[in-house]
Amino acid sequence: MWLTRPLQERSTQLFLGILFMALLVVSVLHVALPEGHALHVSAYTVTLLGKYLCYALLAVAVDLVWGYLGILSLGHGAFFALGGYAMGMYLMRQIGDRGTYGDPVLPDFMVFLNWQELPWYWYGFDMAWFAFAMVLLVPGALALVFGWLAFRSRVTGVYLSIITQALTFALMLAFFRNEMGFGGNNGLTDFRDILGFNLRTDEVRLGLFIATGIALALGYLVCRAIVTSKLGRVSVACRDAEARTRFLGYRVERVQLFVFVVSAMLAGVAGALYVPQVGIINPSEFSPLFSIEIVVWVALGGRATLYGAVIGAILVNYAKTVFTGVMPDAWLFALGALFVLVTVFLPQGIAGLLKKRRKPIDVGSGPSQPATAAEATP
Amino acid sequence: MSIPRWLTVLLIVLLTAPGLATAQEGDSAEALLEQLAEASPRDTETAIKAIATSGHERARDWMDAYGNNRLSQVKDTGQIVVVLNNRGRDWEVADALTGENLGEMSRRDLDRIAVNNAIRRQLEGVMAMMDLYANDVGVREAAALDLMGKVDGAIVGDVTARIEEEPDADIRSRLELAVAIYQIEEQGSAEAISVLAGSLHPRARAALNNAVASEDPALRPAAEQALGSIEQKLKLNKTAETLYFGLSLGSVLVLAAIGLAITFGVMGVINMAHGELIMLGAYTTWGMQQLLPGQPGLALILSIPAGFLVAALAGIAIERSVIQFLKGRPLETLLATFGISLILQQLVRTVISPQNRTVVSPEWMSGSLVINDALSLTLNRMYVLGFALVVFAALMLIMRRTRLGLEVRAVTQNRAMARSMGIRATRVDIMTFALGSGVAGLAGVALSQLTNVGPNLGQNYIIDSFMVVVFGGVGNLWGTLVAGLTLGTINQLLEPWAGAVLAKIIVLVFIILFIQKRPKGLFPQKGRAAEA
Repeated sequence: MWLTRPLQERSTQLFLGILFMALLVVSVLHVALPEGHALHVSAYTVTLLGKYLCYALLAVAVDLVWGYLGILSLGHGAFFALGGYAMGMYLMRQIGDRGTYGDPVLPDFMVFLNWQELPWYWYGFDMAWFAFAMVLLVPGALALVFGWLAFRSRVTGVYLSIITQALTFALMLAFFRNEMGFGGNNGLTDFRDILGFNLRTDEVRLGLFIATGIALALGYLVCRAIVTSKLGRVSVACRDAEARTRFLGYRVERVQLFVFVVSAMLAGVAGALYVPQVGIINPSEFSPLFSIEIVVWVALGGRATLYGAVIGAILVNYAKTVFTGVMPDAWLFALGALFVLVTVFLPQGIAGLLKKRRKPIDVGSGPSQPATAAEATP
Repeated sequence: MSIPRWLTVLLIVLLTAPGLATAQEGDSAEALLEQLAEASPRDTETAIKAIATSGHERARDWMDAYGNNRLSQVKDTGQIVVVLNNRGRDWEVADALTGENLGEMSRRDLDRIAVNNAIRRQLEGVMAMMDLYANDVGVREAAALDLMGKVDGAIVGDVTARIEEEPDADIRSRLELAVAIYQIEEQGSAEAISVLAGSLHPRARAALNNAVASEDPALRPAAEQALGSIEQKLKLNKTAETLYFGLSLGSVLVLAAIGLAITFGVMGVINMAHGELIMLGAYTTWGMQQLLPGQPGLALILSIPAGFLVAALAGIAIERSVIQFLKGRPLETLLATFGISLILQQLVRTVISPQNRTVVSPEWMSGSLVINDALSLTLNRMYVLGFALVVFAALMLIMRRTRLGLEVRAVTQNRAMARSMGIRATRVDIMTFALGSGVAGLAGVALSQLTNVGPNLGQNYIIDSFMVVVFGGVGNLWGTLVAGLTLGTINQLLEPWAGAVLAKIIVLVFIILFIQKRPKGLFPQKGRAAEA
């Protein structure tokens, strides 16, 4: 089967091995050891790690389009947030009449805004299967429409980056509006149940953590399967020489569209798993800053490696947790410096350091090189 | 407002014969005030009349102070004073007769001269008439404007009499309007309607609306017609106002984007820290005003070169430290400069403050240009609009007419060839980047007059700026100008029915769709440069 083929690679085996070991160790340390034990992993830490894994999956999604397709998306936060909102809507409906206002159908914020009935786009989100389908379909549909428009007219490179940023910015502004029916500024929160289990118990938190780990493993496998397939090789060809690939007879825009949509769906899944663990989704996830932060995780970890994206996401977010705890003011300095240092001194990221003996991939030359690239060397 | 006619006549006589008035001033002014201070409520009216007709040069001030509860008598000496500042325990007072500042005085030593609402109404009428006869045109104009809809039977004759004498045509027509409103509302006069026909004053419209609603067959058709013409005129003015705001917003966008049009459009460098360079310019203005307290105008003018320099130096630092190592890797440049933008923002937060700073507008920039009653254009926006055009023209000149511009274009089109012709490409890079950054600083100076100056200032403009450059066509300064003004105007036209946020979203979506259709923008570069 196409999905199991990557399992024969050593790098995939290694990655999945480490991932599952980590899941196992964390679970055992959390469950088996009593609280107060030096090695006990608290529920808080489990949720925090679950959050990192969500970010890791998101980073893998970005690496798929940036590393293997050469499209620098500055709007992947939008897909992440849309997946999160789909999940959030399901969780909102699960609250039922236990909200502050006790309305059996309308979420609290709608009662607060004096809405009389549920907007049509909230229909169906009381059913888990529908909501989970939407987690994939909504980001996928947005990516499909956006990508179809963009790739068909051959918008690539910097232009594409900027309009993806505009896309997420526009969505952020839209979701901030109360009239949109997604809770405006405050977003969706105060969740209680997922699939009938109480979200606030440690067992469910652990379950979500493990589910996220499995989702990351599956996402990694899907991406690996894509990049090792013929399609993946064509997409790398698109990245390195788009015009040449087109002249060879490949439908470049179809390849780009397919990979872009898959990546958006993965981002949606990451968002959907993120929301129940964090307990809130609000429009700030759409902010251009968040989207561009994802890119720096990937850049730090190393582009076009997939596992590098995971390493980068976990490292940067761990650093963020530490910094914002110890000296919050310094975090933006550190993040800013990270952007600069990685791009100037570490163009292939940590993964590039790890595999120095192998011939490095040519990171510098994306498909979108303006001719200045050729002229840069005097 | 009721002033007996005899009073006004007397007033005119006294005011037009100042020699006569001052002759009896001296001792009588003091007596008049004394009389007011000691008058029983019933006699107050007479006392006020006496002061109004005294022709004393300070009579107007006394009335004003009296109406505002600020006329007091010193308990010990019986001296009448005007309270200048009544905060706290000690009040600052001035001698009512001479206007001399007497310093602070305990409020216990003062006896306030009592005033009530009936007296205030009388005072208002007296003061309005006094103002109509004032020597200062501005005072007369304000008084005439104030009379709109306030003319009543008691003063209509006086006002009509004043119309004949008023030398200023504008004030005359205002007074005519005020009288016409009275005639329509109180006397049902149909002829007066024609006077109101062209007026944009809301009170005139209200009078006409009332006339239409009154169903008076003599008034209604004429009033309806007059209203129609007014509505049409209003609509025109409304459109003009929207256009003005649109152009103003557009000029801000142009200013913010024009520097980017150079660094991104001409050099191909994606500078995500561009917004922060704008912010630096704005903070330079703030700093300049801190250095020169009390002289906001001078500080603002000095900020123009200073803002340019600060931002240009910052730009050079960015170019030398980061961008030069990332030549030909636009996506990496984007990320690195984004990092710089984060650092600059946080730097401002840490060093200065996370809070917004206020930048004062100099006097000659505040206020507005009043075109008519329905349309007034704020001056600061007009200055910014003009400034944007000047900056644009200067940039065009630099790019087209100077050695630097020539070299920049040469390096952009063919770097290797330019180098072999003896152009120092590296130096050109630095100069170009400094120029683009400096212009961002200028934008910051201008923006400090319109918005809050805070660490997030730049962030708010970076996406818009890129949109403008991309929409206009990369590498084309004219395109940036047209795109900025167009987007600003579209935004403002949409705002009335879509709301500010939705208008912005619509514009963004419009640009995203537009780029699909014309990936190279409104004015794509043609020829060889386009392939670069």
